[in-house]
Amino acid sequence: MGNRHVYTLAFVLAVAGLGLALYKVVALGFPVARGEKADLWDVEVRVRFFAQGKPVKVSLLIPRSTDRLAVVDENFVSRGFGLSTAVVDGNRQAVWAIRRASGAQALYYRSLVQGLKPTGKERPVPKPSMPATTALEGRYLAAAEALLAEVRERSADLDTLVAQLVKRLGHPQPDGDAAVLLGAHPDAVKVAETAIEVLALAQTPARLLRGIRLTTQTGEVQLVPWLQVYAEGGWHAYDPASGEAGLPDDFLIFARGTGPVFTVSGAGKVDHTITVRRTEESGLEAAAARGRALHPHLVELSLLSLPIQTQGVYQVLLVIPLGALLLVFMRNVVGVKTFGTFMPVLIGLAFRETQLLWGVALFSGLVTVGLTVRFYLERLKLLLVPRLAAVLTVVVLLMALVSVLSHRLDLDRGLSVALFPMVIMTMTIERMSIVWEERGAAEAIQQGLGSLLVAALAYLVMSANSTQFLMFVFPELLLVVLAGSLLLGRYSGYRLTELRRFRALSASQR
Amino acid sequence: MFGIARRLREHGVLGLNERNNRYTLAYNPRRHYPLVDDKLRTKQLALAAGIAVPELYGVVEIEHQVEGLDALLAAYPDFVIKPSQGSGGDGVLVVAARRRDMYCLASGVVMDRTALAHYVSNILSGLFSLGGHPDKALIEYRVRFDPLFAAISHQGVPDIRTVVFQGFPVMAMVRLPTRLSDGKANLHQGAIGAGVDIASGRTLSAVWRNAVVKEHPDTGNPVTDVQIPHWERLLGIAAGAYELTGLGYVGVDIVLDRDKGPLLLELNARPGLNIQIANRSGLLPRLERIERDAARRLSVEERVAYARRHFAVPA
Repeated sequence: MGNRHVYTLAFVLAVAGLGLALYKVVALGFPVARGEKADLWDVEVRVRFFAQGKPVKVSLLIPRSTDRLAVVDENFVSRGFGLSTAVVDGNRQAVWAIRRASGAQALYYRSLVQGLKPTGKERPVPKPSMPATTALEGRYLAAAEALLAEVRERSADLDTLVAQLVKRLGHPQPDGDAAVLLGAHPDAVKVAETAIEVLALAQTPARLLRGIRLTTQTGEVQLVPWLQVYAEGGWHAYDPASGEAGLPDDFLIFARGTGPVFTVSGAGKVDHTITVRRTEESGLEAAAARGRALHPHLVELSLLSLPIQTQGVYQVLLVIPLGALLLVFMRNVVGVKTFGTFMPVLIGLAFRETQLLWGVALFSGLVTVGLTVRFYLERLKLLLVPRLAAVLTVVVLLMALVSVLSHRLDLDRGLSVALFPMVIMTMTIERMSIVWEERGAAEAIQQGLGSLLVAALAYLVMSANSTQFLMFVFPELLLVVLAGSLLLGRYSGYRLTELRRFRALSASQR
Repeated sequence: MFGIARRLREHGVLGLNERNNRYTLAYNPRRHYPLVDDKLRTKQLALAAGIAVPELYGVVEIEHQVEGLDALLAAYPDFVIKPSQGSGGDGVLVVAARRRDMYCLASGVVMDRTALAHYVSNILSGLFSLGGHPDKALIEYRVRFDPLFAAISHQGVPDIRTVVFQGFPVMAMVRLPTRLSDGKANLHQGAIGAGVDIASGRTLSAVWRNAVVKEHPDTGNPVTDVQIPHWERLLGIAAGAYELTGLGYVGVDIVLDRDKGPLLLELNARPGLNIQIANRSGLLPRLERIERDAARRLSVEERVAYARRHFAVPA
């Protein structure tokens, strides 16, 4: 009956721990391994203007998530202004308004944008309606029709047609029909708009995109236009500067269509800047941000909300129970004898700094020398606690000596000996010397090697990058560790070493 | 590997995890542990219950008393010093004789007064106690063992370990010191363990360092089929440990004195499992039998009779 209780408890704990972790992975997209760095950019739009004591209204088209780029977090800085967001003609629009404002004003829009792996599947889009008549008249219409006829002559399909068209329109010194259509000093937006008008004559819907490129820039960026042409149930993008097909993965769309990206009414000296900063945040933080948006409490209560330094401490602390579980397994299922209950775990923790081989070498060296000193102290007939203090002093001296010597020899690893828990070392030496005297050298060395073996295994488990990361991101996995400890606590089977110990009995007749 | 585990299971061999889970944790209330972990308390308890124990000469409790050690010991030519909370026979010092101001140990080593005082100090500071707690040093009567054992033990005192489950003597072995064990009666220190038939009190097979032996390695005398004297009384003392301590699963160590008969030496709330090797038999079948039958409250005599009836080794 006691067992069923333990099993139920362990089951509930394990399910809770695994369930929560699974939820975080599946629903919130927490990464399960370190190194999955997401592409993240901080995008900031600043609108500055000079208010003249009249009502001011600022509208700004803001980025919208696509299948390539997701806006995972955004905020608005707008002191005193009323803010509303709405979707207008397929664009997201933020509107700041204030009844009365004067002097220099600045409004900020900030967002965190994450690059996604394109899913590849695009839903078919119904063909947009085309205006029955074109806005072009007179010589403009004639020029456009001539241009269309010309590029159609030199192209085989839509891709080549658009490329030809853009090439003609985008030429530095446009000639003939193109020059008529573009007028004086055309910019990229004018080129794209003209191309849309020409394509409309061919009954091919096209639209203008404006957005920014994220990849290379860090600092101020300009809105660039892009051309989208409708064909075969989907929008196909073309670079209005080169005519090349395709939309870059890092193109963050601010606006679709020809309307202005931002407008300011009631103020003067308007100016806007867009800055982009590539951030080095890990996928973890992006997931946390996503989680914060979906479930504020879950993330607020997680370790990710702690200061970075404290996070570092917990990265280490959270793997200790894992080492302890391994220790329980080694002691109760395998039957390895160790000095002290948790000594191997703590030594294994120290190995994290020294690395395994150095750690084992330093540990063995320290214990050997410490034991020699301890045997000498035995002859002096010291009382227990003063003797322990003496051994401790010797251990610290030895550690200092190792550090100095290894520094001299340019062996940097030796310096990390200072991270060995010296009290644990002292107690290990003391216990080992007692076992040595009481049970003999063989038993003492056997237990020493057992401790070292468990320490090394605990080190391997605790220092593995993936374990540390997993335990830190999913501390609820400790519930699973707890469940494991409970189950091992009711384990009543033989220890592996007992099979050897009682092997005479397995053969004998009852 | 699983094959060995299965065969062990078939033979009813009790493992350490199962002993802890199923027996010591279940039948030994934690609050009763101090009664057996502190040998002084065990001794006082036994005396109160009228059970014979080795006479207590004195207790050294604080460092200051170590100076008066000589005066305390002056009256006794031989004695035993042991830590009150020692485990597994660790820290037991047997002084066999005195030569001027030197102490001759049973092992043949000679100690001067300073060395002896240091030894007692070490006991006080907890060198031998579980967890290193400060401890007391007991000085008591040195058992003169039954002449029967002279032929089959080296120096030290052989003792008889009986595992008692809910008051029923379940399995017993006699532990014979060897040169290797330095006169100590602990199997892990190199003593011989010989299984004893609960019904008759005759020794069965014997093991020494995991090997089956027929003779004592130091004296060459046979260690099997030796009749242990006072067997009935001995089983009675062992069975009575249940009433004494309230511990359901306990190891009872008894020595046989030439003059005083069986003396209760100490109790152990976590008795080791080597007794199974000595008896070449698993504990589980006997324990499970008692778990099935133990509902009735029986007197000590009835429990001993039950054990002798059911746990007899077929001839």
